[in-house]
Amino acid sequence: MPGPIRDIAVVAFAQSDHVADSSAVSEAEMVLPVLHDVLDRTGLKARDTGFVCSGSSDYLAGRAFSFTMALDAVGAWPPLSESHVEMDGAWALYEAWVALLTGEADTALVYAYGKSSPGDLREVLTRQLDPYHLAPLWPDSIALAALQAQALLDAGLTCEDELAAVAARSRTAAADNPHAQLRGPRPQGDHVVAPLRRGDCAPVGDGAAAVVLAAGDRARALCDRPAWIRGLDHRVEAHSLGVRDLTASPSTRLAAERAGAFDRPVDLAELHAPFTSQEIVLRRALDLGDGVDVNPSGGALAANPVMATGLIRIGEAAARIQRGESHRALAHATSGPCLQQNLVAVLEGES
Amino acid sequence: MSKEPVAVVGIGQTAHVAARRDVSLAGLVREAARRALDDAALDWRDIDAVVIGKAPDFFEGVMMPELFLADALGAVGKPLLRVHTAGSVGGSTALVAAKLVAARVHRTVLTLAFEKQSESNAMWGLSLPIPFQQPLLAGAGGFFAPHVRAYLRRSKAPDHIGSLVAYKDRRNALKNPYAHLHEVDLTLEKVRSSPMLWDPIRYSETCPSSDGACAMVLTDTAGAARSPHPPAWLHGGAMRSEPTLFAGKDFVSPRAGRDCAADVYRQSGITDPRREIDAVEMYVPFSWYEPMWLENLGFAAEGEGWRLTESGATALDGDLPVNPSGGVLSTNPIGASGMLRFAEAALQVRGRAGEHQIDGARRALGHAYGGGAQFFSMWLVGADRPE
Repeated sequence: MPGPIRDIAVVAFAQSDHVADSSAVSEAEMVLPVLHDVLDRTGLKARDTGFVCSGSSDYLAGRAFSFTMALDAVGAWPPLSESHVEMDGAWALYEAWVALLTGEADTALVYAYGKSSPGDLREVLTRQLDPYHLAPLWPDSIALAALQAQALLDAGLTCEDELAAVAARSRTAAADNPHAQLRGPRPQGDHVVAPLRRGDCAPVGDGAAAVVLAAGDRARALCDRPAWIRGLDHRVEAHSLGVRDLTASPSTRLAAERAGAFDRPVDLAELHAPFTSQEIVLRRALDLGDGVDVNPSGGALAANPVMATGLIRIGEAAARIQRGESHRALAHATSGPCLQQNLVAVLEGES
Repeated sequence: MSKEPVAVVGIGQTAHVAARRDVSLAGLVREAARRALDDAALDWRDIDAVVIGKAPDFFEGVMMPELFLADALGAVGKPLLRVHTAGSVGGSTALVAAKLVAARVHRTVLTLAFEKQSESNAMWGLSLPIPFQQPLLAGAGGFFAPHVRAYLRRSKAPDHIGSLVAYKDRRNALKNPYAHLHEVDLTLEKVRSSPMLWDPIRYSETCPSSDGACAMVLTDTAGAARSPHPPAWLHGGAMRSEPTLFAGKDFVSPRAGRDCAADVYRQSGITDPRREIDAVEMYVPFSWYEPMWLENLGFAAEGEGWRLTESGATALDGDLPVNPSGGVLSTNPIGASGMLRFAEAALQVRGRAGEHQIDGARRALGHAYGGGAQFFSMWLVGADRPE
């Protein structure tokens, strides 16, 4: 596949502080300061951007068309060229990237938000499963991830000590992340669903994030060191866990190949792994060696605002490129039970 | 750098009925997708990516159902995108798929939209009470009726226009074998005497609640050359959104709709839509929206849309046929309703609309809207490849 026909970069990233309970604010109130933050970094107003795209879930908000209220935070007047995906914001970024590739727009605003606190996230996510064969059994998200973790242990691909090390490394790294929900190491604690312990699981919380994309010279004008998107691809696997090898992630592998991730080594990776065991799967799929700095932000194990967590991975990787801390980074987002759907972005500073 | 021209080479839809108890969600989407592939003489392996859309997940009670539908859509190992932009989603979904081809990210894309409304009660699914947020009242009709009344007052349209639209669209649906409502015995008098639901909207002037799906195969120039049937070419496409509620919002003729149409006409080189467009498939869930959108889309001057309807210009044999398929008033699987408009416009310029074909249709407009008359998506398709 030929490379992108137009150079497009992340020029700004902002996120909320991620908290366990944001019941004092509505979704629009949570999104508004993040949008101001990301736009202030570029000097743009929402109406100056050529395309706007967001990601969120009605099932988290508990109401139909929940994204229509969040649009109030954007200030869509005069009317905007705007779209929404019922997916993590990483896929909203993908839609915006495609819109810029067509040449119809030179800049795009992307945002995502999620409030898990009003409901019981483990129960809510069971509604994401095959409604005929799986959802009636109410297998919750941690139970399904535990099946995956057990498959890894049974195959000798990891051990409980390695999982604990992933948890400790992630939360230690998050001590430097002012937006993270869990900052600093936590005890592994008891099993939630064996073999996963409390420390192996992402926290449940609320938050939002936003990114500004720009093409070519526009990106250079808006940002001293744009994070150029060298490749971006996403792939989905079968839904039924029974037909998948849960110890592997072929969709991540394929997306990474299509995004050119293996053309040259990356120095940093932000992986969307809400469970320690899923980082093991992703590292294997992406051939990430010990020399790669994985999740310096703390990753999903430090803050997991569902529907925004994937977009935050791209934003965190881009921010490190902008600060000169990385030259070539990989960002990953996931959706669905046990890493069913995966997106990979490859970002680089100006070479 | 120019965009790749986009062609519609495959169109498929399910039979639309109140309850498709004979198929699962997977069976429903597969039925439409298979028909679109057959129309294009392609198979699952020829598809590079899938873009799917539907309205709120609460309608079926499945969160992000595309995840479990990945197998049925032949999407395993491929990119799968899920769009949700309220009632305009069927149109927006097609436009997202078209951009994948236009940007040369993919060559051949399957796009599909569906709703299986029999799985729930759509009216109350839209009316969940959330503290401190503006309620939508009792379903969409309760929300839109005041805006129709505002149109009546502003335009001084006579009371009978709404019933003319409903009667026309339901008669058109008799020529469309896929339409949900086939009311053979309907008369204009029966429309006029049907129960008042949300004044001035009567029962027979209201869209049904349907189960159904629509699918299209979009491809590039090389793909179009292999198509066994004439393609429809994308000449222009756009989306526009504005807030739900704000001081100064014009619910009768929202600016987002006007801006969206202007963008599509500009891309398509249309300067006189009334003369240059041969057929229109517009999103008319309540009869009065035909004259309202005729004005919003630039087919009639402000306050004059009802005269166009009254004159018969929008009938099948008029000079600006509107909703020859029977439209949303005859078939309404909400998430798919917008894509059905886009697909029916494409069928017209391909000459494949069957009994409701408009002779010689060369350019047709597909239109969808959603939310509080705030999300708009439109495309203009033509029989000729754009220059």
